[in-house]
Parts: sequence; structure tokens; C-alpha cells
Amino acid sequence: MTRLNALLLAVLMACALSLVSSRYQARRLLGALDTAQGTARKLDVDWSQLQLDQASLSKHSLIDAAARKDLGMQPATPARTEYIILSGKTSEPQPAPEAPSELQ
Amino acid sequence: MKGIQFHASPVLAIKMPAWRSRFVMFLIFLGFLALLVRALYLQVFSTDFLQTQGEMRYARTLEMPATRGKIMDRNGVVLASSVPALAIWAVPEDVDASKQQLGSLARLLDVPVAELRKKLASADRKFVYLKRQVSPEIADEVERMGLAGIHQQKEFHRFYSQGETMAQLIGFTNVEDIGQEGIELAWEKELAGQPGSRRVIKDRLGRVVEDVASIRTPHDGRDLTLSIDGQIQYLAFSNLKAAVEAHKAKAGAIVVIDVRTGEVLALANLPSYNPNERSDLSGAQLRNRVLTDTYEPGSTLKPFTIALALEKGIVTPQTTIDTAPGKFTIGTATIRDAEAHGVLSVTDIIRVSSNIGTAKIALRLQPQDMWGMFTSVGLGQAPHIGFPGAVAGRLRPYRTWRPIEQATMAYGYGLSVSLMQMARAYTIFARNGDIIPLTLFKTSTPATGVQVVPPGIALEIRHMLELAAGPTGTAPKAQVVGYSVAGKTGTAHKIVAGAYAPNKYVGSFVGFAPASNPRIVVAVMIDEPTEGGYYGGDVAAPVFSAVVSGALRTLGVEPDSPIKSLIIPQDALSESM
Repeated sequence: MTRLNALLLAVLMACALSLVSSRYQARRLLGALDTAQGTARKLDVDWSQLQLDQASLSKHSLIDAAARKDLGMQPATPARTEYIILSGKTSEPQPAPEAPSELQ
Repeated sequence: MKGIQFHASPVLAIKMPAWRSRFVMFLIFLGFLALLVRALYLQVFSTDFLQTQGEMRYARTLEMPATRGKIMDRNGVVLASSVPALAIWAVPEDVDASKQQLGSLARLLDVPVAELRKKLASADRKFVYLKRQVSPEIADEVERMGLAGIHQQKEFHRFYSQGETMAQLIGFTNVEDIGQEGIELAWEKELAGQPGSRRVIKDRLGRVVEDVASIRTPHDGRDLTLSIDGQIQYLAFSNLKAAVEAHKAKAGAIVVIDVRTGEVLALANLPSYNPNERSDLSGAQLRNRVLTDTYEPGSTLKPFTIALALEKGIVTPQTTIDTAPGKFTIGTATIRDAEAHGVLSVTDIIRVSSNIGTAKIALRLQPQDMWGMFTSVGLGQAPHIGFPGAVAGRLRPYRTWRPIEQATMAYGYGLSVSLMQMARAYTIFARNGDIIPLTLFKTSTPATGVQVVPPGIALEIRHMLELAAGPTGTAPKAQVVGYSVAGKTGTAHKIVAGAYAPNKYVGSFVGFAPASNPRIVVAVMIDEPTEGGYYGGDVAAPVFSAVVSGALRTLGVEPDSPIKSLIIPQDALSESM
């Protein structure tokens, strides 16, 4: 009888300790999850910000101004474009009568 | 003391009265009773109150904000996006800052010290915003100053990456991140998202240790992908701007539509504004003229009258009509052509844009048929496009038409339309006689149209419109190197105070390209051009040409006509108004 009691007591103690330990684990993991979720949110915000920065910096008006003024570029005209047709042959653009001089 | 044993203590010998021990016992009993009553009170009667109080000390409800959805163009470029910001607020009576501290706070927030002082002086108020929409970096610095009575509150700031280029289409949100104009207003429900909250238990150090319950899970707003192509949009906007400035016009609008899917590829308006900087906005800048303004379309409406006459078998493209001597009287009113043309074929009526020719053909049509034609191409009905304030225009019921009105309506007077309606109506010529619904959102499925005129007639009109936009038509400036184009100019007197103003015009051009296999419809409208001409062929057609040339290249459309220099006659045909 006493041996059974001692055994049960030992089992009870083991259960109690494992409960304490799993509670502790659960709290620790929840904390970790919370931190990870916070990081995810922060990264999300950073991503939005970077996307926005990318869009603002690659604004067409900025590119247009840079290409025209800083780089001295001109829009490509169909006269100076070679068109590739999917059937395999290229269409020869006819020579443009008013092609800009710096390209000739 | 040492000598006396306990049992020999004299105190024991004293005979105490029996009531005294009973009295002590009674007191002890009373004590226990009091404890019992107290326990009963705490455990049974006030347990709810105590439990709530206890919970208040460790359970917290955390607000979980939802981010407003982004707006993107068809290539995934972000057009509008919300990023977290902070509002700095204060309880004036708690603020006890030195002059120096106030000065540095004012510098940080970029607010004059005097204004800050004024806000903090209103001691009767418990709450005052010092500045809203402050960036997190600045807010951190304010936090580090550690001033008493200064608090922060989370909010969002919305940025618009493309600025004025598409301001009227996207619209903007207010300081609470709620849509006020444009797509932001129309799709507020989808974009907004729902903030959530969760209930947690926090430990002594403020760490979350247990999730009690999720009261509401937050839902972020939906991202919207528009049909707009950023590059074509910029092309459209910059060319429109150049035209409005060159002709010193009051306003301008342009819309580009994909003929196959009904997607709006570009939609621009002038005057415009920067949605990131809205301190001085006027109503004129806010208006999305493409959708919310109507104008009398003038000659751009003629092809529909002719298409109806062809369909009814009243005329063929070769039928000749005498338009001499450039004047034609109906009842008491006289209509005129800009130049007297003599005998013209139906094709030439469109090419030279003759009012008289169109009116003479229209008078052979039934008003009911004309009304039916205009209605079936969407005039008089607001387009279902999901934009706030899209107007229906005015198309009076045919029973009230007088003959002169029927004649003038045939060439676009006496009825009003929005530019979007005109662009949509032209899809019947750009396609095979069917009209398609338009959309502002990206789609990959080809649109299914409703047949309005037979394909053969659409093709005949397309040919006429190609001539109108050619060297001998009213809009030679609409030509594009490498692509065949088709389109019609419109020049109309504006109505000011109920009468046609003699010197105020709306010059417009609606057309499509490449004419052999149309891909895009472009409609341009220039309001009150004052310099360098006012005809649609002079003010709007060049914008059409520039936009079509760039847009077709962007879309990778193969040239369909020989690449040669354009023939633009010195003095093109004047258009009739």
C-alpha cells in the first residue's frame, strides 16, 4: 500500500513539474512568436516604403528629364527601329529621310 | 522566579470566575465568524468585481491596425501606398517644458514656436494635436526628449509616387486615411481593411505571455491593380501638358483605351495637382474631366450619323450630296460649312467634315433611329466604370427633337458627352461594329461586345476616318510615322450662359491606331485654346499623334505602313463648326 502511494506521489510530482515546464515553454514560444510577428510587420512596412521609394525614384518624369537633358537622348522613332517578326524574318526599316545627323 | 515550579504557581490556585474563559472563547468564535463572513463576501458576493479588477491588472486588449491596400499600375508599380506615421499630441496642463525644450520641439516638428505655444496655452483642453503625420524617425527623437504631457498615436500616411501625372484618377485620402476623391473614394470599402484586436495577458515586464482570445482578426485592405500603364500615362500627360501650355488652354483631358480588353491604359487631366502636397487646391484641379465633365462633341459625332445612314441603306459611301454653297437653311436657322465644298461623296463628307452634308443625310433619318444609335453607343448613360461622379451627359428624348435639332445633333451640337463616352463609342469603329464595356482594372480576358452596326459598315467608316486623319483630311497632324491612323476631329463652340460663345472653343480628336488592326483608341480634348489655333486638327490631333506613336511602341505593335516622312499640308482644311 505504501509503495503504491509512493509511486503515485512520484508520478504526481513528475506531472506537476512537467506542467510547470510546459507552461514556461508555452510562454517562451509565445514571446518568440510575438517578436517574430513584430519583425514581420516591420519588414512589411519597410518593403512598402522601399516599393514606394522605388516608384518615386523611377518616376517617368524623372527618367524622361534625365534621358533628355543629362544624357542627351532622343525618343526612338519607328524609322530607327528594327522589328522582329515571330515568323523568323526581320522587317527591314526603310531608311529615314530625316534621321538625326549624329547617328549617320 | 527560578524556584517556583509551574504546578506550584500561585496563579493556578486562584479560582477564576468561569465566565471569563467563556468570554475569551466567545471572542475567538467571533473572530472566526468575522473571517468567515469576510471570506463569504469576497468569494461569493464580490467575486465578479474582484476578478475584473484582477484581470485589468494583467490582461490587455491590443489594437491591431489594418494597413490600407496599395494601388498599383498594370506593371505592378506602386502608385499609392500607406506607411505608418505618428501623430504627436499633448495634454496642455501636463506639459511643463522649458523655453529651450519647446524651441527644439518646434524645430523637430517644423512648427513655429509661437504656434506651439498657442496650442499649449489652451489649458482648458485636455487634448491637442501638435502635429500629425510625423515620420517615425522624428517621432523617435521627440520620444527621446522625454517631455511630460507629450504623447504619440499611431496613424498612417499615404504617399502617391506618381504625383500630378495621375492625380485625378487615383484621388487622395484625408488625414484619417479615408478616401476623399477618385479611386480612393470609389473603392474605399475594398482598400480600407478592418482593424482587429486581441486580448492578451502580460507579465510584470510587459511581455505578452498568453493569448486569451482574438476578439477580431485584422484584415488588411485589398490591393488594387489598375489597368493604367505608367509609361503610356506619362506619355499622355506630358504631351497633353505641352499642348495645353502651347495653346494657352484652360484645361485638357486625354484617355487611352485598349481596343481588345476595354482597359483604360491612360487617363490624364489638366490642370493637375500634386496629391502629396495639397495645401492650395482648387476645384478645377480636382476635376477628372474625362469622366465628370461634359462637352458638346461637335464633328466627332458625325461618323455615327453616317454609320446609321449606311446601315439603313439610305446612302452608300459613293452617294453624292450637294453641299454648295456652304450654307443650308432649315426652318429659320442656317447652318454653315467652314469652306464651300460643292458636291461631295459620303466618304468626303467625313474627310472634310461637312456639316451640311451630314445634316442633309440626317434629315432623311428617323429621329427615333438616330436616338437609338446614340443610345446604343452609350451616350446619355453614365459609363459603368466604378468612378465617383461619372456623368451621363445629355441626350434628349427623340420625341422632343425639332428638324433643326435633329440636323445639328447629327454633327454633335445640342447634346453633351464626356470624353470617356466618346472614346468608348469609337470602339465600334475600332472593333467590328461592337461596343465593349470599359474597365479601370487590369484584366487579361478580351472584352465581349454588343453589336451596334454590322462589321462591314464599321470597316467602311474606318476607311473614311483614315482619310480624315490623312494628308487631305481635317487632321493631317494626327498622322504617325510607321502606323496608319484613323480618327475624327471635333471643334465646337462652348456654351457660356446658355448661348454659344463666338470665341470660346473645345478642340477635340478621337481616333484609333493602327487603322489596319486597331489596338488603341485615344481621345483628346483641349478646352478653350487661345493661341496657335483652336481647331481640333491643330490642337488635339498632334497630341493624339505623339501619344499613339509612343504607346504603340510601348505595346510592341508592329508598324503597318511604310516608314516615310509625313505629308502635312501647310494649310490643312478648316473644319466646320
